[in-house]
Amino acid sequence: MSIFDILGPVMVGPSSSHTAGAVRIGLMARLLLKERPVYADIGFCGSFAATYRGHGTDRAIAAGLLGMQPDDTRIPTSLLIAQEQGLKIFFSKLDLQDAHPNTVVLTLLGTEGKRIVVQASSIGGGRIMINKIDGIDVNFNAEMPTLIVHNSDQPGHVAHVTTLLYKNRINIATMQLYRNERGGYAVMVLEVDQSIPSLIVNKIQKLDGVIKVTYINGGTEDVI
Amino acid sequence: MSFESLASLVNTCEKENKQFWQVVRDADKRQSDMTDEQEFEKMHTMWSAMLSAADSYEGDLRSASNLSGGDGGKFAEYVKNGTSVCGDFLGDVTACALQMAESNACMKRIVAAPTAGSCGVLPAVLVPLYRRKKYTEDEIIRGLFVAAGIGQVIAKRASISGAEGGCQAEIGAASAMAAGTLVYLFKGTPAQISYAAGFALQNLLGLVCDPVAGLVEVPCIKRNVTGALNACSSADIALAGIAPVIPADEVIDAMKQIGNMIDSSLRETGQGGLAATQTGKQIAQKLTAS
Repeated sequence: MSIFDILGPVMVGPSSSHTAGAVRIGLMARLLLKERPVYADIGFCGSFAATYRGHGTDRAIAAGLLGMQPDDTRIPTSLLIAQEQGLKIFFSKLDLQDAHPNTVVLTLLGTEGKRIVVQASSIGGGRIMINKIDGIDVNFNAEMPTLIVHNSDQPGHVAHVTTLLYKNRINIATMQLYRNERGGYAVMVLEVDQSIPSLIVNKIQKLDGVIKVTYINGGTEDVI
Repeated sequence: MSFESLASLVNTCEKENKQFWQVVRDADKRQSDMTDEQEFEKMHTMWSAMLSAADSYEGDLRSASNLSGGDGGKFAEYVKNGTSVCGDFLGDVTACALQMAESNACMKRIVAAPTAGSCGVLPAVLVPLYRRKKYTEDEIIRGLFVAAGIGQVIAKRASISGAEGGCQAEIGAASAMAAGTLVYLFKGTPAQISYAAGFALQNLLGLVCDPVAGLVEVPCIKRNVTGALNACSSADIALAGIAPVIPADEVIDAMKQIGNMIDSSLRETGQGGLAATQTGKQIAQKLTAS
C-alpha cells in the first residue's frame, strides 16, 4: 500500500467505492469492449442498486464508458454528454446471488458492432475487481499492466503466450486460467511487471487458436 | 515496506536522526521506485488539488438527494461576524470542513484523505493555516507525508473503511492524521506526533457509521468538523507535553477490535443508528421512490 492510497486519489465525490470505483468500472468495460460503446445496459446489484442515484453511481459509470477518469469534473453531467455523443444507457436493478454488495453488470455494444458483458465490483477505496467477462470468471483489478487472452481450450496456448513474454523480458506477476468447459472457450489473465509493447500484443493476437486479446495498462489509455 | 506501528516509525526517526515526514517518504520510495523529488511532486499534486477544492466551494450547490449544501457558506458568514463560540481560527476550521465535505456530497473534485467521506478533516486544519501564511507550501506538503504515514499504519493495523470499522475508522483515522500533522507543523517531536494521533483516535473510538439513506451526507459532513476540531485539541494536548496512558498503537488495535464488534447495521449499511430513526427512514423511502 502506497502513501498515495492513503492521501488520494483525487476524485469527484461523494464516495470512493460508489463513485470513483464506478468510473473505473465503466472505463475498464470500455477498454475491454475495445471500441466506443453506443449502447449500454447497466444492472446494479446490492448497495449499488439501493443508492446509485444519491451516490451518482449512474453518472460515474456513464463517465467511465465515455472514457473519463475518476477526477474528471464532467462526471456530474456525464448523462447529458452521453446523449450528445450518441451513447444510449439504460439502468436497472439486478438480483445476483453470492455477489459483492457493490456489483454491476454491464452489457455493451460498440460502434463497430462488438458486444461484451462485464461483471465487476467496487471493493473499496476506489479499487475495483473485474469478476466476469462474457460469463467466464476472471478476477483482476486492472491496477497493473494486464493481458487478457481469449482462446480455444487446447494445449500450448499458455506456453506460446508466456514464451513471447519471457523473450521480451516481461515478468509475469500473477496468472489465472479459466474456461467454460473442457476443450471449449478459455481465458487467461496475466498481470505483468512491465508494460507490454503493442508489437507483442499484436503477435499474441496472431497466434493460432487465439480469439481475442485485450491489454489494459492501468486504465490511463483509451480506445482508438 | 511501510511501518507496522507508529512506535517503530518514531524509533526510526530517533535512530536515524530524521524527521517523521522523511522516514515516511523514504519507506514509500522503497516500493514506489520514485525519487525524493518525484515523491514530493506527487504530494504537491495532492495539496494543489486539496487547495483548489477548498477555493472552489460553491455555496449554492445542492447534493442529488437535496440533503446537503450551503451550510459551509452560511457558517463562514457567521464566523465573519466575530461572535462565534470557537473564535476565528476554529471557526475557519469548521467552515472549511463543512465546505469540503459538502463539495464531496455535491460531486465536486476532492482528495480522499483517507476516504472521500472524511475528505474534509485534513484540509480543514491545513487550509486555514496556509491562508494565514503561517506555513509555506513546502512545509504543508511535508506535513501531508506525516498524515499519510499515520494513515498507513492505521490502515495496516486496523482499517480506514467505514464498512469494516465504522466511522471511527474513517473520521477517526482522518482526525489522527490531522492531529499528527499539526504537531509536526507546530514543531513537536516525532513522539508527540504519535501521541496526538493516539489522542485523536481514542476520542472517537466507538463512533459508528450510520449514514441516512446510505449516502455520504448525514451525519458524515458534520462529523468532518468533529474530526478536525478534535485534531486541533489533540495536537495541543500533545504539544503541551502531556503523554498518553495507552500508546497510540494500542489505541489503533482497540479501534480494530471495536470495529469487529460493531454490528453490521452500523457499518455503512444505512440500516441502524441515525439511518434507522423515523426521519432517517422517511428520507430513505422518499429517495427510493423518486
